Amino acid sequence: MPDETIGTVEGPGSPAFGRLRHPVALTWRQYRLERKMFWRNPSAAFFNFALPLLFLAGAGAALSGNQHQLNRLVPMIAGMSVMSTTFTALAYNIVFLRERGVLKRIRGTPLPTISYFGGVAANAVTNTALQITIIVLAGRAFFGIGWPGHWGALIVFVVVGVVSFAALGVAFAHAIPNFESTAAYVNAVFLPVVAISFYVFDSSSAPGFVRTIAEALPLKPLIDGLSAAMVSGAGLGSHLDALAVIALWGVFGLYLAVRGFSWESSRT
Amino acid sequence: MHDLRKRYGDYEAVRGIDITVQRGEVFGLLGPNGAGKTTTVEILEGYRTRTGGEVSVLGQDPARRSIELRRRIGIVLQSGGIYSHITPREALRHWASFYPHPRDVEEVLDLAGLQAKADERSRKLSGGQLRRLDFALALVGDPELIFLDEPTTGFDPEARRAAWETVRSLRALGKTILLTTHYLEEAQALADRVAIVKDGRVLAIGPPRELGAGAAHYRVAYRDSAGELVERETDDPTGLLHELTGEALARGEQLEELTVGRPTLEDVYLELTADA
Repeated sequence: MPDETIGTVEGPGSPAFGRLRHPVALTWRQYRLERKMFWRNPSAAFFNFALPLLFLAGAGAALSGNQHQLNRLVPMIAGMSVMSTTFTALAYNIVFLRERGVLKRIRGTPLPTISYFGGVAANAVTNTALQITIIVLAGRAFFGIGWPGHWGALIVFVVVGVVSFAALGVAFAHAIPNFESTAAYVNAVFLPVVAISFYVFDSSSAPGFVRTIAEALPLKPLIDGLSAAMVSGAGLGSHLDALAVIALWGVFGLYLAVRGFSWESSRT
Repeated sequence: MHDLRKRYGDYEAVRGIDITVQRGEVFGLLGPNGAGKTTTVEILEGYRTRTGGEVSVLGQDPARRSIELRRRIGIVLQSGGIYSHITPREALRHWASFYPHPRDVEEVLDLAGLQAKADERSRKLSGGQLRRLDFALALVGDPELIFLDEPTTGFDPEARRAAWETVRSLRALGKTILLTTHYLEEAQALADRVAIVKDGRVLAIGPPRELGAGAAHYRVAYRDSAGELVERETDDPTGLLHELTGEALARGEQLEELTVGRPTLEDVYLELTADA
């Protein structure tokens, strides 16, 4: 993304003053539009919300009575939700908008780049926040897990997780050549990462190299952090290394997301 | 623009284009597919960076991508998508919010003929309706300069006439319009001046009529007594007609289907763009 210069700001004497569209106001408008579009697309709403929640309900019912297992299940689902509402959703969105030419059209308008991405990112953050809220409430209401033991740690892990996975989702969109193959590409990453992270998190007998891989990926550390914050009530201090792994992925993702960003389909 | 150039690897798509578009004029870039029209326009719109030459759009270098410049231009892309679940009215309201002095959304819906479909989701609109939405979105910011890249490709004749009317009404509002097209009639019908472009170069430039008049001869055609169609080209149609009619009268014959034609833009275009 090349830098863009924001035009001269007219003073109070100029007739355009007050009508000049401020980037913050435009970010808000873009956010409102993204929300509206999200709720109008039933499949997006389904994959973002219903799927993890159905998963939670199904597995929760199966594990009913086994508090030890439930204590593990809830942070696993929370971690997966962070990944699906950011990484998966953004990769889908960016590829769709790029291939359909929406991004290119937006780039030709005076909407500042920062306002556009601010609105898109805030939309993803809202979805994550809603999901985590629902999971926390469900954990308390149905699965015998109290309120999160450490709210601060929960918020820090969710925020860092959202930023990292969102950046990785945007970066990953660059690798996807067309919309038709998006599901294949996204699931080729999402499913193995979820599987290995769940397995290693849940099983103490995982082989060493599998554990090493899972620890190096961002999801397992996120689940560790969420588990500590939601279940055991441990503060941030006990999981700084996990936080560092997620943040490193975030930096990597941001670098790739910005560097490789493409506003238009490569077919044209 | 002066000596505008764009190179993709070894291939130079635009090889030194010099064009100055006047304010309030409709300027047509006419040429076959792959002539470099879209590349040229996308450099002016700020989508691509040039590899050589100088460009000024409303006094600014489009490569700087200033928001101030983008407030003053409207772009109709060759193919631009829109959110599937947005309605034309919502899209126009949203787009209007980007600009300091937008036009009234209802007025733009009327102008684009979208009032009846204003609250329909965009995925339910026809191709022609979506194209009208493209126009509407480019107009809602009340731009001074409008780029139309192949605005009517894929239109049926009726939709094309309607789009032409829209362009004419924009011209009447004093807007400057740069349009690309590979349809001759479109350039002829809309443009005050036309540049014929091929292989990244301007082959001819001028008002459509003068391009026709300046380039070649008059063409006189008739059917002779044997029923054969005869075509003669001349710089002196008066003299040639005198000669032909004199001979015909002397033989007591008619010159069936006699026509005298000035070369059209089409003739010039075909002559210039034919592979040498």
